This record gives sequence, structure tokens and C-alpha cells, in this order.
Amino acid sequence: MSNDNHGTTTLHLVLAWGFVGIPLVWGVLQTLINATALFR
Amino acid sequence: MSFLARERTVAKPGFSRWMVPPAALCIHLCIGQAYAFSVFNLPMTKLIGITKSAPDDWKLTQLGWIFSIAIFFLGASAAVFGRWVEEGGPRRAMVTAGICWSGGFVLSAIGVYAHQLWLIYVGYGVFGGIGLGLGYISPVSTLIKWFPDRPGMATGMAIMGFGGGAFIASPLSVWLMQKFSTPTHVGVAETFLCLGAIYLCFMWVGAAIVRVPPANWLPAGYKPPAAPQKLITKNDVYVYDALKTPQFWLIWWVLCLNVTAGIGVLGQASAMSQEMFPGKVTAVAAAGFVGLISLFNMLGRFFWASISDMIGRKNTYFCFFVLGTVLYILVPWTGSIGSVTLFVLCFAVILSMYGGGFSTVPAYLKDMFGTRYVGAIHGMLLTAWSAAGVLGPVLVNYIRQYQIDNGVPKAQAYNTTMYIMAGLLVIGFICNALIKAVHHRFHMKPDHEAERAAAEVAAAGDPAGA
Repeated sequence: MSNDNHGTTTLHLVLAWGFVGIPLVWGVLQTLINATALFR
Repeated sequence: MSFLARERTVAKPGFSRWMVPPAALCIHLCIGQAYAFSVFNLPMTKLIGITKSAPDDWKLTQLGWIFSIAIFFLGASAAVFGRWVEEGGPRRAMVTAGICWSGGFVLSAIGVYAHQLWLIYVGYGVFGGIGLGLGYISPVSTLIKWFPDRPGMATGMAIMGFGGGAFIASPLSVWLMQKFSTPTHVGVAETFLCLGAIYLCFMWVGAAIVRVPPANWLPAGYKPPAAPQKLITKNDVYVYDALKTPQFWLIWWVLCLNVTAGIGVLGQASAMSQEMFPGKVTAVAAAGFVGLISLFNMLGRFFWASISDMIGRKNTYFCFFVLGTVLYILVPWTGSIGSVTLFVLCFAVILSMYGGGFSTVPAYLKDMFGTRYVGAIHGMLLTAWSAAGVLGPVLVNYIRQYQIDNGVPKAQAYNTTMYIMAGLLVIGFICNALIKAVHHRFHMKPDHEAERAAAEVAAAGDPAGA
């Protein structure tokens, strides 16, 4: 990938944040599901 | 000019600075796997015996060294290579971190396949540890330069990823091991290879996205405060000169004491919750407790670092030390009244401040020593983490054992430890209170900086920037 971009578009931002955000949200949800055992 | 060179990462007009936090998260979410390494411990004790440990299988005590070596090399490599990371730019550091981190997994996979523990020590411990150190510090100073208006929030976002990496790695590793395991084989080696490949791709995507701002760039509409602020310098301090200042060592102790208090609890959280509430907290619930406080560890990194942009770094650490002391003193009381909810609440806040300590410190260093060498200075400071990584667990484990050996019931065996932790935080409070602005004799002079830049260009042998 080169650095010759002509500005960041909304699509770039959505893709970049989705790339890191989706796995993170999935992991957090798994943790919260497991944590419910603490208060059962 | 190399694709990895700092000059090739300078952003063109129109580049959004909001692309840089995901680039940083690509790195930190991967290296945050380190917090989830324990999911491999039990399977690695059954590589020969498969269903139960055989006499030639590795012991848990031997496996425990893998994580310790990695954390030691995290601190050591961040300290040794900090200046190289700072001057070479984030992309070169991120690519190198990716190679070391993934290479560590590949070597470890060979170690598992050949049943040679030393290969895992070298692979995950040494190479992985170097990948951890380089990866941890590489995006920090870049984010600080992109977000001069909110440096705490920016670094908080990246370092939050380090806390969050375990949430992805833990279920992913368990799932992969299930996929690769057979009745005659534990799928650890294949899982290591898969993780290595996934992390290399992820980290290189981050390296491709990352950009540094052009010289003297400022966000639109942002005006640096005209009036000088007592604890925020506009000058830079050279990395090795920072080590000569009392401020560096005071912040070193502030971080070390804050981390010591939290890391000891993190390592023992499962056992502690079950022993303090026998019959009330089961093993499954304890695992949930560990997950929950890890979540607060992650969220605290973003929350507290963002708060520090509003109330200042020094005041944020005062919050950690005052609130932390009160909560540690309250923990034995929650045990005595049998309140699991209050116990969980206390540790949720404590662990949020543990994470907050990590994420607020880069901005604290920036306030004290300027932005020029903040990444390298941050690297040096991470030795405090290595020290705390030894001190915290030793304090918690040995004091608990000493108490039990002296006839104290298990449910009360942690009380003294909690009071000692509170005492450590009081010392941290004093260290923080002693921090003043860096003396101007340590500030870099303009001619000093130009001379150094000329020497760097000469050393690089690339005067035309071709």
C-alpha cells in the first residue's frame, strides 16, 4: 500500500474501525456472557 | 526510499487522524493476547498424556516461565529499542513487531511439536517478548502527535486494545484447539501457527494504515494554550537526559506501585474469589469474575486516560491512589459481611485504575518531557511494569501462604495483603505529590536538536532522501 491517497473517506473509516471493532465487540460479548455465572 | 521509512508515512493533505487509532488497535489487540496465554497452560501439560499429564509432560511451574520471560523482554526491548522506534517511525517498528510476535508463535509451535520447552522460552518468551515491547510503544508517540488536544484519550484507545486483546485471543484459542485436537493429539502447535498467521496479517494492516503528521501539524481549530501550564512543558527532553531527572524516576515508581497493586490481584483473582467466599463463588463464577475485572481493566484504560485530559495527569493518579487505598481497605470487610457484589464492585474499580495507570502514563510523560522522545522515554519506563510483574504476584502469593501456614483461615488469608497493597498506594501518592515540572537545564536547545538531526541524517546515509 502506498501513501499516495487523496484523503480519507467515510468508507475508509468504517472499514478500519470495523476491522478492529468487530472482533473486540465479539470478545467482550463472550466475556459478559461468561460473567453472568457470577450473579446467578 | 524504503516503504518502511518514516518519511513514507507522513500523511498527505486530507488524511483523517481518526485512521490512526484503528492502526494502533491492530497492534495492541494482537499483542494483548499475552494476557490470555494461560489458556494454553493446561493443554501443554498433556501433550504426551493427552487426557492427563504423563511423567514426561511439562509441569505448570515450568510453563509459568514462558509468560514471565515474555513480560521481562517486553520491558527490556521497549527500553533498549525505544529510541530506534521513535526515530525510525511507527511503520518500521510495527512491521518488526509483527515479525517478532508471529515468529515467536511459529518457533513455539515447533517447540510444542518437538516437545522442546526451551524453544518456547526462546520463541514466545524472547521473540514474542520483543514483539510485545516494540508493538506496545510503536503507536503511542504517533497518537500523541496526532491528538495534541486529547493525548490521554488517544493513547487510552490504543492501550485499551492491549487489555482487550485477551477477550479475542481466549475464545479464539480455545476454539482453534478444539478444531485441531484429536483423541491422540492436542492441537496446540497448529493453534500457535494459526494465531501467528492471523496476528501477522492484522499487525501488518496496522503498519500499512499508520501515518505520522507533517511537521508542525495541528488539528483544525485547535489552538495550543497560550499561557504556560505548570505541569505541561512546551519543550522536549532528550531520551537519555530524561533518565537524569527525578521526575522520570518518580513516575517510574508511580507506575510500578500502581501496577504492583493490580497485577498481583489479577493473577490470583480466581482463587481469591473462591477462597474468600467459599460455597458462594464456584469455579465457573470465578472465571466470570476474572473476565469481568479484565473488562474493567480494558475500559479503565480508555476512561481514565480520557478523564486525565480534563483534570490533568497528576490529579488522575491522585484519584488512583486515594480511591485505590480506600477500596483495598474495604475488600476484607466485603469478605466479612459475605457480599460478593461489593467485592466485585471494589475490584472492578481497582482494576479499572490498574488499566488507567498504563494508559495515562504516556500522556504524563509527554506533559513532562515533550513529544519528541516520548515513545523512547515510555519504553524506558516500561521496566517499571517488568519489576511490578515480579513484585505483585510474589507479594500476594507469599503473604497468603505465610498467613495460611500460621493458621489463618483461607477466607481471611488475603486481608494482610490488601492492607499492604493499600500501603503501597500511599507511597505511590507521595511519589506523585513530589512530581514538579522538569528543570529547564534538561530541555533540548534548538542548536542541540539541529546538530543531532544532522548527525542522524549522516548516520542514515540518505541525505537526498531518495
